[in-house]
Amino acid sequence: MKIAVCVSLVPDSTTKVKISENGKTIDENGVSFIINPYDEFAVEEALRIKEKNGGDVTAVAFGTEKAKEVIKKAFQMGADKGVLIKSETADFDSYTVAKNLSEYLKSENPDLIFFGKQSIDFDGLLIPSMVSELMNIPSVSVVVKLEINGKKISAEREIEGGKEIVESELPVIIGAQKGLNEPRYPNLKSIMAAKSKPIQEIPAYYKGKKTEITGMKLPPSKSSGKIFTNGPSDIPELVRLLREEAKVI
Amino acid sequence: MPKSILAFIENKDGKFKNSAFEVVSVANKTAKETGKELVLLAIGNDLEKEAESLRKYGAVKLICAELNSLNSYSPDNSIKYSASSFAKVISECAVQHDADVIILSATSLGKDLAGRIAIKTDSAVFNDCIDVKTESGKITASRPVFAGKSITDIASDSEKIVISIRPNVFKPELNESPVVNCEKADLSKMNLSENDFKAVVKEISVSSEKLDVAEADRIVSGGRGLREPENFKLIENLAAAIGAATGASRAVVDAGWRPHSEQVGQTGKTVSPSLYIACGISGAIQHLAGMSSSKCIVAINKDKDAPIFQIANYGIIGDVFEIIPALTDEFKKVLSN
Ligand SMILES: Cc1cc2nc3c(=O)[nH]c(=O)nc-3n(C[C@H](O)[C@H](O)[C@H](O)COP(=O)(O)OP(=O)(O)OC[C@H]3O[C@@H](n4cnc5c(N)ncnc54)[C@H](O)[C@@H]3O)c2cc1C
Ligand SMILES: Nc1ncnc2c1ncn2[C@@H]1O[C@H](COP(=O)(O)O)[C@@H](O)[C@H]1O
Repeated sequence: MKIAVCVSLVPDSTTKVKISENGKTIDENGVSFIINPYDEFAVEEALRIKEKNGGDVTAVAFGTEKAKEVIKKAFQMGADKGVLIKSETADFDSYTVAKNLSEYLKSENPDLIFFGKQSIDFDGLLIPSMVSELMNIPSVSVVVKLEINGKKISAEREIEGGKEIVESELPVIIGAQKGLNEPRYPNLKSIMAAKSKPIQEIPAYYKGKKTEITGMKLPPSKSSGKIFTNGPSDIPELVRLLREEAKVI
Repeated sequence: MPKSILAFIENKDGKFKNSAFEVVSVANKTAKETGKELVLLAIGNDLEKEAESLRKYGAVKLICAELNSLNSYSPDNSIKYSASSFAKVISECAVQHDADVIILSATSLGKDLAGRIAIKTDSAVFNDCIDVKTESGKITASRPVFAGKSITDIASDSEKIVISIRPNVFKPELNESPVVNCEKADLSKMNLSENDFKAVVKEISVSSEKLDVAEADRIVSGGRGLREPENFKLIENLAAAIGAATGASRAVVDAGWRPHSEQVGQTGKTVSPSLYIACGISGAIQHLAGMSSSKCIVAINKDKDAPIFQIANYGIIGDVFEIIPALTDEFKKVLSN
């Protein structure tokens, strides 16, 4: 089974967002970067399938030189190969990413392509479905359970208030949601092995984009709330305010 | 010549969802601002009889694509639907009506469709927006990024745009139109093929009859401060008293006390109800990521320094085992009057 996993590097989720001077990006000073948490579920699932069915797992990232870090994380978890589709600039959008990933993936034709359901930086929520259309192969995202039977798959996908069972044939794109599995921690051996794995570099296939960030701002800060300290005796007043001031009850 | 706006609206078992009214309202406003005609598209069975419910929000033209007929293009007759065929119908409909703006809701289905439609129609996409504006004829939008820790303004030079709006953020505005004209979509003109049914939904299961957190207008959430899974009875009672859905922090989901479907936060659901009551939740940044855009936040925590109080509109410093039952009783009392 030939498996590809698309991985992206994102600021750690505890990052305090500061906006840089250009007013359009975050200030990356002091920010630590991690593998997108949903991509860890994607890598884990790819590895489990390989361990069961044989084959190999290639981690693919589009980005600047820095994106090599995320391929290394995938190596540490156990990915066999790594490919960086290299962008000269960090100024790209979901469309640029989807175009580049799909060009590369078309040339490789994997049986299974994994994504995270969303990246936690720009929360684009777009790449898996865009790549699906660009490659003309089916996709299922927000997947919490995956079964493979020969050339067919059955996936459980989370929706509001329930689940959907989606069936498809290979090749297929899967967007991983938390709950799909429990990602492994790299052990010393896999960390050592990762060091010697080469990362293949490919120049970007496509440089255009369709959207422009024109500004970035912090969300309006809430004026400090009313905090009660007398326990149950404050409850009637709280409920009164919820009805008359906030008008939510 | 101004083109048109195509708005895709969702229904559940033949009734339009709340998100549909939000979409109609936003699309209607945008149509007025840009001088475009508004065309609504729905996919389902027998939707014409629900068309009237859209009139209040400015609907004048509704195209209904019959789901049963759509599914008949699939080789497999046991399917519920396929997202790719929906994307095909929406995209083809946009071409037929010369739409250069497509608006839909960022629901589970909408999130899945937006990227597909954007590629099919060669459009830019503004996904999961919390604000949509028209400035000198040009549509721009704002969307939360970094899990709501910041908001970006976006624009595009593309000729076509797909916009998905975050559910529960835009309140549907009344804007009555005289009449809604219904029309059946002609599926035979949409180039549908088996290819649009490669991944199909075979089964849709509702996890429970309970209201889902992602759709609820009121939420009561519990965290590790509840100490034991059994104590979530308190959360459920409080929720029941005000007709709220129940939510949870990741700590209690990971501990197996509550199902993942209830988790609110960065790796759970993003919610923006009008009332969010957080009980025994510290307010870690990843939890806030999922709920900080709630309109009114009430926090109950025994630690006065818990970060949740920094974003709460109202707070009670106290023991959940004492406060929650008293609050439940008070709500019951005032609501029964
Ligand atoms: C990548 C990543 C993603 C994450 N995603 C999420 C997510 O989606 N959602 C999420 O919630 N978390 C998420 N987390 C976890 C998050 O960091 C916190 O660990 C979690 O939210 C803590 O849950 P809690 O508030 O229930 O528990 P705690 O932090 O332990 O807080 C318990 C609170 O209860 C109070 N308390 C205790 N006893 C009482 C009492 N008797 N009466 C009143 N108050 C009491 C305490 O003062 C405390 O404030 C994520 C973490 C990471 C690293
Ligand atoms: N630059 C990138 N390189 C490789 N994969 C990416 C990149 N950006 C996003 N992805 C993948 O697409 C998924 C969804 O991202 P997004 O649509 O941006 O929320 C992520 O979880 C990754 O699997």
